[in-house]
Amino acid sequence: MADSLLFLTELMGMKVYDLKGRKIGRLRDACLVPSVDPVIVDRYLVGGELTWWTVRQDQVERISLDGIYLRDEQLTPYHEDEYMLRMVRDLLDQQIIDIHGRKVVRVNDVTFDLKRDNSHDQLWVLEVDVGVRSIFRRLCQGLLPPRLVRRMMMNIPPNSIRWEFCNIVEPDPQRRLRLNIDMTALEDMHPADLADIVEELSHEDREAVFEAIDSEVAADTLSEVEDPRTQASILESLEAHRAADIIEEMDPDEAADVLAELEDEKSEAILDEMEAEPKTEVEELLEFHEKSAGGMMNSEFVAVADTGTVADAMASVRQQLENIDTLTNIFLVDADGRLTGSLPVGRLLLAESPTLLKDLATDEEVVSVVVTERRDRVTEIVDKYNLMALPVVDERGALVGAITADDIISVLRQE
Amino acid sequence: MRLLQRLPRPLLIFFTVIGPGFVTAMVDNDAGGIYTYSQAGARFGYMMLWTLPPIALLLVVTQEMNARMGAVTGKGLSDLIREEFGLRTTFVVMILLVLGNFTNVVAEFAGVASALELFHISKFVSVPLAAVAVWFLVVKGTYASVEKIFLGACVVYIAYIVAAVLISPDWEASALASVKPVLLWDAAYLTLLVGLVGTSVAPWMQFYLQAAVVEKGITIKDYRESRVEVIVGCIVMIVVAFFIIVACAAAIYKTGPRDIGSAAEAASALRPFGVYTYLLFSAGLLNASLFAASILPLSTAYSVCEGLGFESGVNKRFREAPIFYWIYTGLIVLGAGVVLWPNFPLIKMILFSQVVNGVLLPIILVFMIKLVNKSDLMGEWVNSRFYNVIAWIAVVVLAGLTFVLTGLTVRDMYFPG
Repeated sequence: MADSLLFLTELMGMKVYDLKGRKIGRLRDACLVPSVDPVIVDRYLVGGELTWWTVRQDQVERISLDGIYLRDEQLTPYHEDEYMLRMVRDLLDQQIIDIHGRKVVRVNDVTFDLKRDNSHDQLWVLEVDVGVRSIFRRLCQGLLPPRLVRRMMMNIPPNSIRWEFCNIVEPDPQRRLRLNIDMTALEDMHPADLADIVEELSHEDREAVFEAIDSEVAADTLSEVEDPRTQASILESLEAHRAADIIEEMDPDEAADVLAELEDEKSEAILDEMEAEPKTEVEELLEFHEKSAGGMMNSEFVAVADTGTVADAMASVRQQLENIDTLTNIFLVDADGRLTGSLPVGRLLLAESPTLLKDLATDEEVVSVVVTERRDRVTEIVDKYNLMALPVVDERGALVGAITADDIISVLRQE
Repeated sequence: MRLLQRLPRPLLIFFTVIGPGFVTAMVDNDAGGIYTYSQAGARFGYMMLWTLPPIALLLVVTQEMNARMGAVTGKGLSDLIREEFGLRTTFVVMILLVLGNFTNVVAEFAGVASALELFHISKFVSVPLAAVAVWFLVVKGTYASVEKIFLGACVVYIAYIVAAVLISPDWEASALASVKPVLLWDAAYLTLLVGLVGTSVAPWMQFYLQAAVVEKGITIKDYRESRVEVIVGCIVMIVVAFFIIVACAAAIYKTGPRDIGSAAEAASALRPFGVYTYLLFSAGLLNASLFAASILPLSTAYSVCEGLGFESGVNKRFREAPIFYWIYTGLIVLGAGVVLWPNFPLIKMILFSQVVNGVLLPIILVFMIKLVNKSDLMGEWVNSRFYNVIAWIAVVVLAGLTFVLTGLTVRDMYFPG
């Protein structure tokens, strides 16, 4: 191991000496001030006999396993500083998010790179240590000489996360701002991975993540959270308007499912904050029983008059660009809105623009269910007819929604 | 919630009561529990009944503290110990927990062995089968559905109540004994005393309940209902314990006070209940053993991995969470393996495991008390003075008992008679 590496737990309790080589105390904490520099340790906290002192990084002459030697003795007493990330208190033994490995990890130690700059020593945060090696090191520290511990631990494979991939979760939004903690890196993760991470966090930390990230990502992530109760408790912890922002971005059927889990008071507060259009869609869906076709269906679908042409259909599809990724079928309706046919999108691609939709649609009668149909019956029908999208109609046969294959999969997974 | 609202009211109450607290309380009457209570009744009659009210109080206090910590912080007990006391302390606590829980796992498999020995099924068949079944049940994720069967099967505990009534014990004497403390300076008595506390307020429960509360996503908002559930669970558990002791006191102690040497002897406590005695007793014991054997190794593996920061979870592959799987599998394989040892003293091991629990408990309690009183962690939900007094008394008494017990054991070893 290169001698230029130093670990936070080695640093802790290290003796600090003044210019004349007298011991003034022991090191208690090392602090970053992210608004000044994201990786260089800016302050050292030294526990003296009566009080703690703050040592600025430029007051340090030399750092080694033998101790810390200062070159300037004008120390100030320590006082709580909101802009300071105290690595022992705020990081060591706490949980952070490993963005690269996409998981929640517990910090066993922090590795610093010891750099000489203008003839004084600086510590640069290199990586955060997790895994067996760092546990071994900490258990032996203080019991065995540091150099021996270092030699012994070389036999254990390392397990560390580069500092830039570490995301600290800070529940207090004010402090998040002061410490320059931004969660945008989380937004680049796949929502399913982020959901797994969120499920492992405590509710305070969960709330922090959902407050900080973009509401569209938040919506995707929330729908990937598996347990409906967890979904509900996340929404409950957020302020109504923030919850409403997230709900608006969700598919209406999923939004309705989550809201149905909440207490009436809270779900109404959230609905009140929502914009008119998504609100009415969700409210309509909320009317249906959870375990019926109505409760499963999505009210966002593409319906075209059955008298139209392929060109008309393409025009309607273009207006629904939001859902283009998951669009598999368009539905044909008559003048009264009654369902008359279903048309796989693929067929549109091969047809000429003036072709009548009626001629493209399958000859057999279109398979549909009424809103009150039981959930198990719905999955049965989708399976039996190998459907990608199952239209849902009301009592008079008017198209009101569609159930897609991914809705069916989540239902089956839950059972 | 809409589905629940449609249920008839009695059913609704039943479902709201079933939760982490109730499950924990039911698992608490495991093989070790049944044996320790039976032994207390068989050896000392009604004499030890007085321990139940204080144990019930301690049980409610500790379980409520766990549920509250889980609901407020959203973190498990081992997480909190790690975050507040550092790695080294956590490591020591985890080693103790693994050792303590290991003896409990052994006790559960011993319970499986003796329950099926009543049917003349060799332990060399029953124990390996049980171990494999438990391993797959949990790892393959079918546990959740089986948990309800285990819970439902806990109804057989009613058998103890019926048996105790049929046997027509001396109710007056048992009522009197329930409020009259007796202390004998006798190693056997004190061992059983520590065992009784240890089996009722087991260290693993503290970790399990808190983790279960967090897992279920219970927050401080639903905490009131959760507290009711915890208390109801504790009371049901203690009531069952009471009747086990009474049944054994009336059936065994009355004819001749002695140590229970085999499962068949314990089953005789239920004999007045009729020909189904054996069936009920062994079903109850088997159910309790399997139920606890499914929960204990898993809960231990979770606690250790969360405390030390290893990846955990049955939804992970072996390669992703090797330490988790090693601990989990190791506890089951070694626990079952020890029971298969020739001439293994099944009963002694079961009682021993409960004494280990009793010795470990004060250590875990100290951490819990310290955590639950941290205001930066718990805010307004820190312990009330009443809770602290009860908890500290328990720590002092248990530590004192352990001390005396060790002293007596050493004395008996070097100065017999």
